[in-house]
Amino acid sequence: MSLLIRNVTKRFGSLVANDNIVLELEPGALHAVLGENGAGKSTLMKLIAGTLQQDAGEIIMNGQAIPPGSPAAALTAGVGMLAQEPLVCLPFSNRENFRLGSAWDLEEATQKLRQQSQKIGFRLHPAAITRSLSVGERQQLEMVRLLARGIRLLILDEPTSGLTGQQRDQLFAALRQLATEGLMVLFVSHKLEEVNELCRTVTVMRRGKVVGETTLPKPEADLVSLMFEQAAPTQARAPIATDGSAAVELSGVDAGYGRQGIAGIDLAVARGEVIGIAGLEGSGQGALLRALSGQIALRKGRLAVSGRDLTNRRLREFRKQGVAFLPGGRLEEGLIPDLSIAEHLELANGTRFLIDWDHARTRSQASIDTFRIKGYPDTSVDALSGGNQQRVLLSLLPPKLALLVMEQPTRGLDVESAAYIWNRLLERRRDGTAIVFASSDLDEILTYSDRVLVVFDGRVIASRPASDLDAEQLGTLIGGVLAA
Amino acid sequence: MTRRIASFLVPLAVALGITALLLIVAGAPPLEALGLIGEGAFGDTTRIADTLTAWIPLGMAAAGLVVTFRAGLWNIGVEGQIIAGAIAASAVSRSAPGGPAIVIPLLLLAGVLGGALWGWLAGILRVKGRVNEIFGGIGLGFVAQSFATYLVIGPWKRAGVASTSGTEPFREETWLPTIGDTRLSWVGLTLLVIALVGVGFMLGRTRFGLRLRAVGSNPASARLLGVPANATLYWAFLWGGGLAGLAGGLLVAGLQHKLVPAIAGGRGFLAVLVVLLARNRVAFVAPIALFFAAISVGSSQLQLRLDLDSSLGAVIQGVLVLAAVLYAGWQARRVLVKRLAASAEATV
Repeated sequence: MSLLIRNVTKRFGSLVANDNIVLELEPGALHAVLGENGAGKSTLMKLIAGTLQQDAGEIIMNGQAIPPGSPAAALTAGVGMLAQEPLVCLPFSNRENFRLGSAWDLEEATQKLRQQSQKIGFRLHPAAITRSLSVGERQQLEMVRLLARGIRLLILDEPTSGLTGQQRDQLFAALRQLATEGLMVLFVSHKLEEVNELCRTVTVMRRGKVVGETTLPKPEADLVSLMFEQAAPTQARAPIATDGSAAVELSGVDAGYGRQGIAGIDLAVARGEVIGIAGLEGSGQGALLRALSGQIALRKGRLAVSGRDLTNRRLREFRKQGVAFLPGGRLEEGLIPDLSIAEHLELANGTRFLIDWDHARTRSQASIDTFRIKGYPDTSVDALSGGNQQRVLLSLLPPKLALLVMEQPTRGLDVESAAYIWNRLLERRRDGTAIVFASSDLDEILTYSDRVLVVFDGRVIASRPASDLDAEQLGTLIGGVLAA
Repeated sequence: MTRRIASFLVPLAVALGITALLLIVAGAPPLEALGLIGEGAFGDTTRIADTLTAWIPLGMAAAGLVVTFRAGLWNIGVEGQIIAGAIAASAVSRSAPGGPAIVIPLLLLAGVLGGALWGWLAGILRVKGRVNEIFGGIGLGFVAQSFATYLVIGPWKRAGVASTSGTEPFREETWLPTIGDTRLSWVGLTLLVIALVGVGFMLGRTRFGLRLRAVGSNPASARLLGVPANATLYWAFLWGGGLAGLAGGLLVAGLQHKLVPAIAGGRGFLAVLVVLLARNRVAFVAPIALFFAAISVGSSQLQLRLDLDSSLGAVIQGVLVLAAVLYAGWQARRVLVKRLAASAEATV
């Protein structure tokens, strides 16, 4: 039994999520797929498991091409996928979940469930109600079910996100044992230490392409430099125009929950300072940015903007103090899909109760020219490209800001748009606007930040002037190697 | 624009086709039956007046619904809001002294307030209690309906008899003045025109209208852009409930002249269908509500002349809306596919 992925391509609209992917696995392989958010890992796994259908190329199990786009066909061919959230029916008992989709009767299912779990050291009671299980145990149940169906390739997409350390060790031990019996394991993660610990080979993806393959273990800094694009040498930049007074201060802040949350954050951003936040996806960047901009409540600690305490105040107060947020999900959190550019501008900046639409269109045409948006005043924003949507969001920002918070400000943008947007942003520093942004593009962070914060597991583990860092050092920090 | 017009001409054609089939199955000549409905609705002055009289409350409630629908609120409680308005208007009709010039504005205002109160309650349930407005509206509708029944057979019953056929008729000073010897009231007609034009203007030309659309489409983004989302939702409920309540007041003062338990008579639900078919556009609400009123009034002829039950008219309305909703769903799918492709491009 072997797996061969031959020149598989998958497009979403004009985006190429998987570009001519080639991958080969031998029986017993423990193979990792690494890559940043949006690299195309999950898309590839879904293609193999049949929940998505490729536009070109073949997925071949043991010499037989799997009919694309059918999870049932993939399962028949011996491919099973463990989703991020276990796909089980909570009100069912374990054995009922176990026999879902099979022809086994309850007695048979009970027997098989016992045998299969004992074999790999899981303790799953056949009659227990699945709702009473922890996430890790639910995952074990689903894994046992797939194995009992005779799968030869197990795909795990971020399987450890809900697990305790002990559950993780248990899972890894089981996977190692199964691999010795010939099971192929495809392990998707962005946790480098786990990949190093479990897997023997790795494929690194970036922007839909395979950019490297190597054997494991490897130093984490090497893996990071494969995952991220090489940064150009940092350019010399104008010193910041700051009087040293703080635009925003966080002290002892906890916000958000669980893996995505932040804890014990102390941070002061000076007027005119640009701070770039780097870290592996899901290390708490989202919660930090949203806490800074008043989008989510603080569970602990204080927050002050321009010296004024705004801890857990309304969003309106933050706006009044000149705090703005540009979210990563532009169409989901920033713009209103059915509204036109002119309507957005009127909504954000208009003051009169009666709207003079001719006037509003004229003004928005001026914004469109200034920000070089490819669209018309009456163009609905959902018809714009990502870059132009970001330009619309920028055009909506109030002229005077104390703090601008941004998530992935240039994600999905071409180089020219990204440079243009950053020039507009940096202009604001002269008026003392502080900028805090998170990005998965190390080049962007090193180029535009004055100071770089590295977050890991909801904490700031390093804070360095950008001029003291190069891409390699930053990569090492991101991998959590220097975590103290 | 062509697409907007197609969005109700296509379902209309489909619905007429299905209706024709139904009529054939029922053993009636379809063309003759449709002709009879038309004749019943517009055949002479009295019938035209009856159709317009039916148009007034339906159009009024539908105008209010457009406001809530624009804010993304499925205000199914409109039936209850009509009843609440009718109860409030009845309370004024029973007790307020004075001539028509005083008591009629007063009772209509009471109707507005009664309906607005009921809408506001649905708003509180939605904003504070996180109860979906569909369930809140249905629950509040039951309360209003039961309260109306209680009043009719309880405190407000006729002297000596408690009957669900209604209260004692209110004194004539509380009746809306009519045109000639028809049942049509110029007061109601004028108010309907004002309401339709007013809602259209408000949605298209004011900041409030823009905010409604923003909150209805994406509340998270609207908040980020500085829209007070909850306040906007409350105002939408107040508008929707207020106009529905006015419809209730007009039903009491212009048609029934008393409170009956079935005062709303399903007009609220019919108004939902009108707004669905009009795809949320006020300009289309007026003709579609008139068309629905005509079918309701005209289908009584089916019974008289073809011995078919007049509820066939309701079947036509229902089929029409199903066809419209299907067509809208089909169009939305096409838009969604385009949008998904665009956002996949934007987010990766």
